[in-house]
This record gives sequence, structure tokens and C-alpha cells, in this order.
Amino acid sequence: MIKREDDFQQRRSHLAQLSDEELRSRFWALTEQLVDPLLQLAKENTSPAIERSVLLRMGFSSLEAKTLVDGCAERNLLGHGAGNVVYRYSIHANLPVRVAGLALLAPAKMDEAARLFGGDK
Amino acid sequence: MSEYRLPPDENIDVSKILEDLEHYRPRRRGWCWREPAPNLKMGPFTYHDCSKPLKDGVPLPPAHYFENVDPQPMPVITTEIASGRFEDDIRRMRMAAHHGADHIMVIRTSGQSHFDGLIEGTPQGCGGVPISRKQVRAQRKALDFIEDEVGRPINYHSYVSGVAGPDIAVMFAEEGVSGCHQDPQYNVIYRNINMVRSFVDAAESKQLIKWANMAQIDGAHNANATARDAWKVMPELMVQHAINALYSQKAGVPKENICLSTVPPTATPGPCVYMDLPYAVALRRLFGGYRMRAQMNTKYIESSTREATVTHVLNMVVSKLTSADIQSTITPDEGRNVPWHIYNIEACDTAKQTLVGLDGLMEMVELKQDGYLEEKARELTERAVLFLEEMIEKGGYFAAVESGMFVDSGMFPERNGDGIARKIDGGIGAGTIVLRKPDYMAPVTAHFGRNNVSQYGGDPDNPAALIGGCTLECPEKIVFIDELDEDDNVYLRMEAVKEFTRPNAKKIKPEMEWLADGTVLLTLCFPTERKTAEAAALECARRMGMKDIAVISHEVLHRAEGTRIELRGKVDFDIDIASLVIPADPDALNEDELRAAIEQKPMRVVCGTIGEDEHSVGLREIIDIKHGGIEKYGIEVHYLGTSVPPEKLVGAAIELHADAVLASMIISHDDIHYKNIARIDWIAREMGVRDKLIFIAGGTQVENDAAKAAGADAGFGRGTHGNHVATFLVQERNRRNV
Repeated sequence: MIKREDDFQQRRSHLAQLSDEELRSRFWALTEQLVDPLLQLAKENTSPAIERSVLLRMGFSSLEAKTLVDGCAERNLLGHGAGNVVYRYSIHANLPVRVAGLALLAPAKMDEAARLFGGDK
Repeated sequence: MSEYRLPPDENIDVSKILEDLEHYRPRRRGWCWREPAPNLKMGPFTYHDCSKPLKDGVPLPPAHYFENVDPQPMPVITTEIASGRFEDDIRRMRMAAHHGADHIMVIRTSGQSHFDGLIEGTPQGCGGVPISRKQVRAQRKALDFIEDEVGRPINYHSYVSGVAGPDIAVMFAEEGVSGCHQDPQYNVIYRNINMVRSFVDAAESKQLIKWANMAQIDGAHNANATARDAWKVMPELMVQHAINALYSQKAGVPKENICLSTVPPTATPGPCVYMDLPYAVALRRLFGGYRMRAQMNTKYIESSTREATVTHVLNMVVSKLTSADIQSTITPDEGRNVPWHIYNIEACDTAKQTLVGLDGLMEMVELKQDGYLEEKARELTERAVLFLEEMIEKGGYFAAVESGMFVDSGMFPERNGDGIARKIDGGIGAGTIVLRKPDYMAPVTAHFGRNNVSQYGGDPDNPAALIGGCTLECPEKIVFIDELDEDDNVYLRMEAVKEFTRPNAKKIKPEMEWLADGTVLLTLCFPTERKTAEAAALECARRMGMKDIAVISHEVLHRAEGTRIELRGKVDFDIDIASLVIPADPDALNEDELRAAIEQKPMRVVCGTIGEDEHSVGLREIIDIKHGGIEKYGIEVHYLGTSVPPEKLVGAAIELHADAVLASMIISHDDIHYKNIARIDWIAREMGVRDKLIFIAGGTQVENDAAKAAGADAGFGRGTHGNHVATFLVQERNRRNV
């Protein structure tokens, strides 16, 4: 930001008449305006770390989760959810979830899983 | 599970903690606050804001005057322990818990924020500990034993940040970690991690924090430590707190688990309370219902541990005048090095001492509702509102960060143009965010956003049921990785120091952070200016045989007259424990035996404080019946008072036909105490009564061997009680009669 003198006295003129309670309400209302779009962004998106955290909860080790998520990312599958990729493959291959995930550590199997998600390669 | 039990008087056996870790499960989840104990009566006192006492702990040094009371203040007390070797930190955690810490925070090794995934195994850290499942599990398991020992739950804490925040949050939830730092703004501003990624990841982490009932601490205090003039970021700090607090709350974390990490920003020689208190008041008014984690100032910490301690005490005065749910501590050596054992303990004691010392303060004083305090608090709040207004004008959070609004050294709305700016498409992890597709699914518990399991017939209220439960319901599904690096792990480190490993150690060495590190601290004073003093100190240490020597602190006593130096170094020798001559504890007959011996044959003693010495407390403790002194056993005591000349003591003994003389001597300057012992001995010999008199010397600086060499029959130092002296009198009389 460019340098600016302390113009607090001019800037505060619209706040001067507010009671302490009104000032606090304004503080939180403004905060909400800033925070709501960030939450919306989080609802609509995912990330490699979130997908690894899903796979950890599905019973994969950190090393397995990383390889699986990297495999999904390379095939543009993360938007479906890495857990979804593993789960759909487990149904397709008729394997327990963990066994299916371990199979997907092999790139060829991951390619096979990608085909289950149609448009993505 | 292991059958290990922690013996109260022995060292914790870290190898037993590491046994069978694969099957360890945390005994509980979530944060624990202290249990209030209103109107607590302990010893001669009643406390007003204290919590339930410990089952076992180390009281403050003067506690022995007051029936060894160890009152525990109401706020949870935090200590940060992370030396780089988690196995050594476990021992320090036990020490800290006994000194009143119930929140153990583990700082991460440098660079972990940028590690894209979980670290596994137990590599050594630098400036902190690599946080891994094995390390977390071992420390949580050790703390289970330690909390049973002290009788109070201990909260275990580390960081959910960096590019692997959600990974770490899952692991913490699985492993029963009780609290964590989580604030996406920390990633953005201080770790240059992409801001979009940081906020998207944070929502997932916060779901897990909510599920595990963890207390969450934000990262706002870092602005104090970063900004050139820490007090000028106060309006911005309120904004940073608000963004993380509301984001967390909307992501599901209950308000009462959201803690603001707040630091009094100023330090002496500034008028710090005058500047810090209005900010503390404004913050607590604005953030009612959230928790306050009061941190201590680190920004202006120098190498003087005394100076740091006073700053921290002043910080706690602000805590007491306002509120603190968690009182964090900073070790007073933080300005010198990664904290040492002794300074974690000092910091815990400083917190306990100060907060107990200020017990009940707010029943007597209240903050003014008008004048400077009110006006300043209002002004800070208005400045924070103006900050938020400008963020919105700029287009929201990301645009505000891009423009460099944060950590500018001007007090908003003043701007100095030196803020930290980040690009929305820049930083580590930029471009890794992926839009969720309509069929996006995550069949697990504690996931942020839509799980979308119904496409497979799953229950949206219990998404993990689709896979038969996830690790949060079925911990047996967790995959435990033991070690990945065969050249860098706890077993190799422990093997290297196995001769020193207690409880079965053969050797011993001084240590400050790691077992057998050999580190010692030396304080010296030279009658000269700083540079000569530093050179002389280094030469001293070399001649004393120390290695790896470094001056860690100097203080000018006067430009020319004197410099105080503190120096650290290492000793490269080991001590064979079997070769040590350890003096036996003084014999103590029991009360009945002592009474019987005196009843059978009465005893009369003459006593006083000798020389030009007006101390009386110590001797009175030894003689007075109300302190459990020797009168209690029927011994007749003639107390001559203080500053008694040696001649008078011996003369009175002759006149009263005493069996013994007790000479107390506190002043030890130039060995005057031993000189006075020799003088009493000489006078008694001259007067021909030495054989008839038992002569005991006592005082804080009196040592038995030296006192005997000077001419006494026994010397009693610090920690002596009446029964020790009475026992010696009875046994010595018996010896002489034989």
C-alpha cells in the first residue's frame, strides 16, 4: 500500500455517533461479509491435502494416500474426490475398499479407474 | 497394551513408552479446562481464584514455610517443549507437569509447513520436532502416565498448518491431540502458502478440530512478533482474530473452543501496561464468548533471562486485570537459544507464582469505566472497523492481502507501505485447488461440505457408514508407520546414549536439552568493559576444559567497572555414577524415640545467631515448638537472640550448665561463618569446656564437612529440621557417654 498519514479523525466521522454496541455489531457484520465468500469457496473446491486426508480416514497410510492423490491429480480426477475414485473402483473390481486402493497404486489400475469417470481420460 | 507403570521416584523409561505403540489408543479426545476450587483452603491460606490442586507436584521454593502448599491458578498453563528430540522432551514434559503446566505445546521442526504430506518415523528436528504419528502417539502415551501422576488432565498440542493441514488434522483427531494452532492467515502471511489453498484446506481442518473437540488457537500473535513496532498492529490484530474466529465458527468449531492468541504487544522500557491494557480490554469486549489464550511477549526479548521474566510478569498483570483462559509461557532463554529444560520450568513457575500472587486481585480493584482506558479501547475498535471497511472496499480478503494491508508498520489508517503482500495465484501450492464436480464424494466423517454419498445409497448423516466406518469410528483402520529412515530415528539416538539412559544409567553428564549433551552454563563477572570481559570469559572456559564455548549474554554493570557474562559450553567427560560419594541423609530418630531419650535424661541447649548477624528465622525454625523444633521433644532451649558474640554464647553455656550450643550463622561473606565456628571452638577449648559441650553450627551456607573441619561437631545446612538436630544431639550424647 502507498504511504498514508494517520487520517483517523476524518475517517472515523461516520463511526463517531455509534454506541459501543452498534460499533461491535458493525465490526462483526463487516467480518461476516469478508468471511462468507471464503467459506463458499471452501465448499465448492477441494485440494490434494483434503483428498489425502479423506484417504487417511478411509484407512490408507500417508504414503499410500500421497501416491493415490498424485495419481488422481495426474488424471484430472480430484474433482470427483479421491475417495470416490477408490470407492467406485472397489465396486467395479468387486474388492474391499482398502484392497481396491492398494491396487490403484499401480498406474495401470489408476488408468482403469479414470475410465470409470467417463470424460476424464 | 504395555503393563508399564510410572514409578514416582524414578525416571520415566522412554523405551517402555515406545513399546507396543502400534496398538496404543488415546484414552480420550478433546480439551480439558481446570476445575475451579472456590474458596480453596490450603495451609494457612484461603484462595479466591484457584483450581483443584495437584496430586503430586513441585511447589514454589518458599512453600516449606507454608506447609508445602502448591496452589494452582485457574488458567490452563502452557509450556512449549520441542528440542528436536521428542524422546528427551518427554522427560521435560514430566518436569513441566509437576511445575504446573497442563498444556504441552510442541513446536514443529523448521520447514514442516512446506512438507506436502505427513512426516513419518522419528527424524531429529531443527528448532522444533518433526510432527509424525509415531512421535505424537509416544508423547500422548507418556502424558497419559504423567497426568495420572499429577492428578490433572494434560492437554497436548501442535500445529495444523502448512500445505498438509488436513492430513495433520486427521492424524491429530485420530491420536487424541487436545489442541492445535489453526489459522489460514498464518500460512498466507508468514509461510507464503497460497491463500486460496490455505482457506480451502482450513475449512476441512476445522471440521476435524470440531469432531475431536480440540481447542483451536489462532496465529494472530505472529503479527506482534513480525511488525517493526508491535503495538501499531493492534487494529489489524483484531481483524485477524475476527476473520479466523468467525471462519472457524461458521465451519463448525464451537465458540468456546476458539481461542484468540493475544500478546501484550509492548515491552519495557516502554510504558507497556499503559499501552497494552486498553488493547486487552477492547479485545475482550469485542470477542465475548471466545476464549483468550494470553501469550507472553517475544518480540522484544533479549538475552537477559531476568529482564524477560519481568516482562512476562507484567504481561500476566494484564491477564489478571482482564482475563486469560490459557496463560501461555515463553521461556526466559528464548532470546538465546532453543529453550533448555531449566527455563521451561522457570517459565511455568513464573506463571504459577504470579497468578497465585495476584489471587483475588479483582475482588479489590476494578478497571475504570471512563477516561483514557475507555477512550483508547474505543479508538482501537474504531480503527479495526475502518480496517475492515477498507478490506471490503478493496474487494475482500484476498484483494486486501494482495494490496499489502497486513503487517504494515503504520497504526491503521496510517500506512507505511511496508506490509506483507501475497498474490492470489502465488505462493506454495498455488494452482492446486480443484473445483468439486457434481459427483464429488468423500465417504468419511468430519468432512467439510457435501459428502454426496447418496449417489451410492449412503446416508448423508453418516457418510462413513458407506465404507463400514472410517478411522475416526474404527481406529483399527489406522495404518501405523514405525520408521522410514534407518539412519535417522529414535532408536539410533537412544542407542548412542544408552549408558546415560535412566533408570539404569551407569554414567551421568550435565544436560540442558538432550540426554548427555554435556551443556553447562557459567556466569562470570569481570571488572572491565564488555569486549575484554567476553574474551576473558572465553579464555576462562577454555582453561576449565569446556568445549563448544559461546557467550550467550552480556550485561554492562558499568562501561568500565564491570561486565556480567553468561557463557555456555560442553564438558566432554562422563561421570561414573558408582564412583560418586553421596552423603547419607541425616539420621532422624522418630518422635517417640527422641521424646523418650530426653525424658530419660533431660538436655539443655544454648543458642543464638552469631556475629554481626540479625537473621533469626532459620534458628527459630529449628528450636521453636510451633515449627516442629527441638523444644517439641522436651529439650530445654535458652535463646540468646541475634548478633551474639561467640564469647557470650560459650559463657552462657557454662553459666547454664548446658549440654550443647547451637550457633546459627547466615552471613557467609569471606567465609565469616567458618571463622566464627573456629572462634567458638577455640573459646570453648580455652575455657576448658569443649569436651563437655556438643557444638552444632547451622545456616543456609553451612556444610557439614567444612563445619567439622572448622571445629564444630556437626554442621546443618538448608533443608534441616528440628528432628535432624535433635537426633544428632541425642546420638552424640550417647556416643560420648560410651
